[in-house]
Amino acid sequence: MSTGQEQRTIRCLVAKVGLDGHDRGAHVIARAFRDAGFEVIYSGLHRAPEEIVQAAVQEDVDVLGISILSGAHNTLVPKVIEGLKQYGAFEDTLVIVGGIVPEEDRADLKAAGVAEIFGPGTPMQETIDFVRENVSR
Amino acid sequence: MSEAAVDDLVTGVLDGEHRALARAITNIENREPGYRDLVSALHAHTGGAEVIGVTGSPGAGKSTLVDKLAKQYRDRGLTVGVIAVDPSSPYSGGAVLGDRIRMASNVGDMEVFFRSMSARGQLGGLSTATGDAITALDAFGKDRIIVETVGAGQNEVDVVRTADTVVVLVQPGSGDDVQMLKAGILEIGDVFVVNKADMDGAATTVTDLREMLHLRDGSTAGAAGHHGLGSMADGSAGNGDEGDDADDWDPQVVETVATEGEGIAALIDVLDDHYAHLRETGELARRERTRYAEKIRQLLRADAAALLEAEIERHGGMDALVDEVQARETDPYTVADRILAPIADCVEGRRE
Repeated sequence: MSTGQEQRTIRCLVAKVGLDGHDRGAHVIARAFRDAGFEVIYSGLHRAPEEIVQAAVQEDVDVLGISILSGAHNTLVPKVIEGLKQYGAFEDTLVIVGGIVPEEDRADLKAAGVAEIFGPGTPMQETIDFVRENVSR
Repeated sequence: MSEAAVDDLVTGVLDGEHRALARAITNIENREPGYRDLVSALHAHTGGAEVIGVTGSPGAGKSTLVDKLAKQYRDRGLTVGVIAVDPSSPYSGGAVLGDRIRMASNVGDMEVFFRSMSARGQLGGLSTATGDAITALDAFGKDRIIVETVGAGQNEVDVVRTADTVVVLVQPGSGDDVQMLKAGILEIGDVFVVNKADMDGAATTVTDLREMLHLRDGSTAGAAGHHGLGSMADGSAGNGDEGDDADDWDPQVVETVATEGEGIAALIDVLDDHYAHLRETGELARRERTRYAEKIRQLLRADAAALLEAEIERHGGMDALVDEVQARETDPYTVADRILAPIADCVEGRRE
């Protein structure tokens, strides 16, 4: 482009959904993403799935990282994904989940459209690399 | 972006598809190939929105105020677009865009389109990108567009200049009147909001502000001419003072407590007054003209700069040129002339 300023920055939404007041992990990942050169939008606590969808659609994020520690992932995550589909935003949004997700729930979440699930103790760099390799643009 | 993709986006935006609008703004932000065609196509459909710029120091309550403003506009049946600009890290280029957290009053309401943008460290580029994003929101059909930015420095001032009405947020106890003189915030504001008006010192801040603004008015009136020393109105701060300079807007000071929603309706009334004033005096059209002139200049500067970058490469790159200058073989002026000469020749050659 003639302006010579073409810049692709990875945009991500770090979201806390449902009744879950633990956001230390979300803060840490938001900072790590920022330091990796991403633009991070943080949703704040206690968001409803519709709010997450609204934010993801309007902000046109490449990555939606849902942090969830309440155990309600089987209900909330598919709702978010449904919402993204409704706005035609699912195909080019990389949905990842971080937090406590039991082994037996993982397959279902992935089948619903979650690209990857990162449990406690995942090195930050692993998540960042995953995002870099898998964003669709 | 292919030509067809641009057409699709334009159609989508004009049809009111949220996804298309979001994608259009992304293309604008990224300076994606084809974004110019996109903005060009949208331009014809703009002109329907009132644009409000909100600026102030960090923590003054901008995001909260914008949230409440958006809510109030929605209650009045208007649609709203918000662009919130946050700084990005000069080191990693990354950013945490946190203004969205405060948009609590408008969750689930898609008629409030909220978009976070980061200042991606490009000189002058931010105001271009914000201006183009406003074009997209305007073409989409938003009635009111609010641009929110931290007021610290030229970049941000340029951003709020893209607005019809500039609101400056002031915190109580944010220093004495000299502080207000400093940052040049007095000159850019059409409306001043003392937020957190329930805090100690709010009354003093309001008084200080009114006094400073009065001085500002006095000085411009003095410079404009000396007709009407006797007819000077007494300056009681009502709406639309019948002063002798009827065409001049008297900046208003409004007190709010944004967290409680207090004073928001009054603020909107003042914003409406200001817009009406702009329209009646023809200032609206004048501001728009200034804005477009500046925009054209900015685009030309950016394009010319890109042209020159390419020329620098053709001359062996900046490093090689600097080497020569450092070795005292040549000097910066000669280098600049050498690079510019073929372009200048070209321009003159074509004229004839």
